[in-house]
Amino acid sequence: MSHNSNLQDDIIRMSGVNPRKCMRCGKCSATCPAYDEMEYHPHQFVNMVENGDIEPLLKSESLYRCLSCFACIERCPRSVEPAKLVEAVRLAVIRQQGANRMKPEDVAAIADDETPQQLLVSAFRKYSK
Amino acid sequence: MQRIGVFVCWCGSNIAGTVDVHAVAEALKLEPGVVFSTDYQYMCSQAGQNIIKEAIAEHKLTGIVVCSCSPRMHEATFRKTAAAAGLNPYMVEIANIREQCSWVHKDMPIGTEKAIILGKAAIAKVNLNAPLTPGESPVTKRALVIGGGIAGIQTALDIADAGFPVDIVEKKPTIGGKMAQLDKTFPTLDCAACILTPKMVDVAQHDKIRIFSYSEVTEVKGFVGNFDVKIKKHARYVKEDVCTGCGDCVSKCPMKKVPNEFNLGMDNRHAIYIPFAQAVPKVATIDPNACNMIKNGKCGLCAKVCTAGAIDYTQKDEFIEEKYGAIVVATGYNHISMDKFDEFAYNQSKDVITSLEFERLTNAAGPTAGKLLRPSDGVHPHTIVFVQCVGSRCDACAEKGKEYCSKICCMYTAKHAMLTRDKYPDTDVYVFYIDVRTPGKNFDEFYRRAVEEYGVHYIKGMVGKVVPEGNKLKVQASDLLSNKQLHIDADLVVLAAAIEPDKSARPLATMLTASMDTNDFFTEAHPKLRPVESPTAGVFLSGACQGPKDIPETVSQAGAAASKVIGLLAKDKLTGNPCIAHSDEMMCNGCSSCERVCPYGAITYVDKEFRMPDRTTAIRRVASVNPAVCQGCGACTVACPSGAMDLKGFATSQIIAEVDAICK
Repeated sequence: MSHNSNLQDDIIRMSGVNPRKCMRCGKCSATCPAYDEMEYHPHQFVNMVENGDIEPLLKSESLYRCLSCFACIERCPRSVEPAKLVEAVRLAVIRQQGANRMKPEDVAAIADDETPQQLLVSAFRKYSK
Repeated sequence: MQRIGVFVCWCGSNIAGTVDVHAVAEALKLEPGVVFSTDYQYMCSQAGQNIIKEAIAEHKLTGIVVCSCSPRMHEATFRKTAAAAGLNPYMVEIANIREQCSWVHKDMPIGTEKAIILGKAAIAKVNLNAPLTPGESPVTKRALVIGGGIAGIQTALDIADAGFPVDIVEKKPTIGGKMAQLDKTFPTLDCAACILTPKMVDVAQHDKIRIFSYSEVTEVKGFVGNFDVKIKKHARYVKEDVCTGCGDCVSKCPMKKVPNEFNLGMDNRHAIYIPFAQAVPKVATIDPNACNMIKNGKCGLCAKVCTAGAIDYTQKDEFIEEKYGAIVVATGYNHISMDKFDEFAYNQSKDVITSLEFERLTNAAGPTAGKLLRPSDGVHPHTIVFVQCVGSRCDACAEKGKEYCSKICCMYTAKHAMLTRDKYPDTDVYVFYIDVRTPGKNFDEFYRRAVEEYGVHYIKGMVGKVVPEGNKLKVQASDLLSNKQLHIDADLVVLAAAIEPDKSARPLATMLTASMDTNDFFTEAHPKLRPVESPTAGVFLSGACQGPKDIPETVSQAGAAASKVIGLLAKDKLTGNPCIAHSDEMMCNGCSSCERVCPYGAITYVDKEFRMPDRTTAIRRVASVNPAVCQGCGACTVACPSGAMDLKGFATSQIIAEVDAICK
């Protein structure tokens, strides 16, 4: 198992999440509407960050499948807040040189009147620097 | 000047590991009044106590300081040692150099320095100690049990069988509590009513037990051995001693649409009712909020049909005052509200139920006569999902749920799942669990039977949401072991809701001055060694009011509480605590501040004659402390503006001397 403690510390600091609080109930993954789209599911995210297994997460498409709906945050009985970890890993990727997934200007083109406001906010957070 | 001996304990390596005990003994030798100082491996051992006894005799000690563990642990031990050697036990001071020193420090020089300072403070106090003699108080040989569930029933029976009179106060119209609502009991699956109701009858027929049902405790005064309790008996509008429990009034009552609390609102009862067939006392009760006769004087049918003439619409609440030597709290538990757990749709669908509702649905005396039918449409369910840990084991910041494990849910869910599969083999039963916790006798075997013999699908994971759609409940859940998200079309969802202490516990604890934890469970005097006693003398704990418990544990604790009560009531006199308040009458200005703050009502004011400097006599109003009632809390010493109130054994001068020694 690869262990990257620097990156792990960064993710934990950026997210403000303490993954050790997780009791492995799986309610985050039970609640996640994007579960089937994800390679690493919310509970695995928490577990992998706790184990310092960050590299596979950085490369995973799962980062961009999370809708930032925060249902996992709302329902986690241990207040672990998995979505904040996903967000922190996303930020870690974005902070690398040239790692922007798309430009902020492009978001407007994709969005239409049907797009919920929350999705737009999340989209900006996801895709722009 | 005192002749003080200092005894420094190693407590094996508990103290000696981080405190240089020789250095402490040597340093304290130099303190004023100290004539002897030594250290030993285990001061509390027989050999250690002999060292103390010999030193008291040899060095003619008038006071001793033991530097050891917390006084809660061994103060009584060392007081007895001193008394055996002819020294007044209140000339013993404990310097706690374990819990508050060696255990919290890692660094030997720092630990040693602090131990010396704590030792110096204790020496400073002993220098001002005076011998004290405890007073005696009589014991009222009657016990009060608050709560009439299985915990209260068992405690009452055990105390009464030992020959002491017991009163049970139960706020519901019948005793029986939660156990009366259960169907079968794990792990042997005997029917709850079959094993509980004979005990209820025993209580009713016992000549030493009185039952105050539909009643509550409203006031508690006094202290161990001598409690004065006021009990409010709610008007049930039926004469208890006349009613035969025939039930004619119930069948004739036209008001039939009152939600039946015994069946958790899943069916209706009449305005006049007997909660269930085996209720004790088997007496009808009129619900004044539903009865037309009481609300607007129109009806009176029950009085007409009652051949015994037991109905009395004019009955008033009644207050009973009684003296007790001991009080047992057995107030039990309830499920938490599911209002904050919207994701499980409890408030949206009648087919999402709690486990206790499930008990009633499978109980032969329940709303469906024991047939498992969906509450919404009365149809037999085929797919049933059980969700464990709903509101248990939550983070303190999560704003919903409880931090603790509710303990009983794993087993009752296994029971429900097993019984469902046994009775209805055509059902699919899923149990979503985080951990299965079955650490009891024959408990894990029971759970394995549910899986292996009855084919219950145990899935490691949690339900994320339940959405009612048509006549189905769409359950979205995780299966962590196969790393899948599951979608189950369920007919019935059963939530293992966390349990919490009954709401009556908090105000009761205030009345009893008994301490509670942040979850409103009563605190025990010692978590391991005094698990059935409250830190408040004379108050004992039985059942789930102290923490989540199943029936076998509740019954054992109930028996243990009873044996403690019997031990207390068997005594003719109790030795009091001599560390009580006393007032310097020459300084007292009669302001009543102390009387107002005293939580025990121990202070009264008297008019007394005093000789004045000019040889005249003046009458002054001064405070007087009842030594039998004072508990030595010290509230009055703080409130007294003139410094007249002081606490024996904890005098202001002694405490200041300790502080001075620490700050020197």
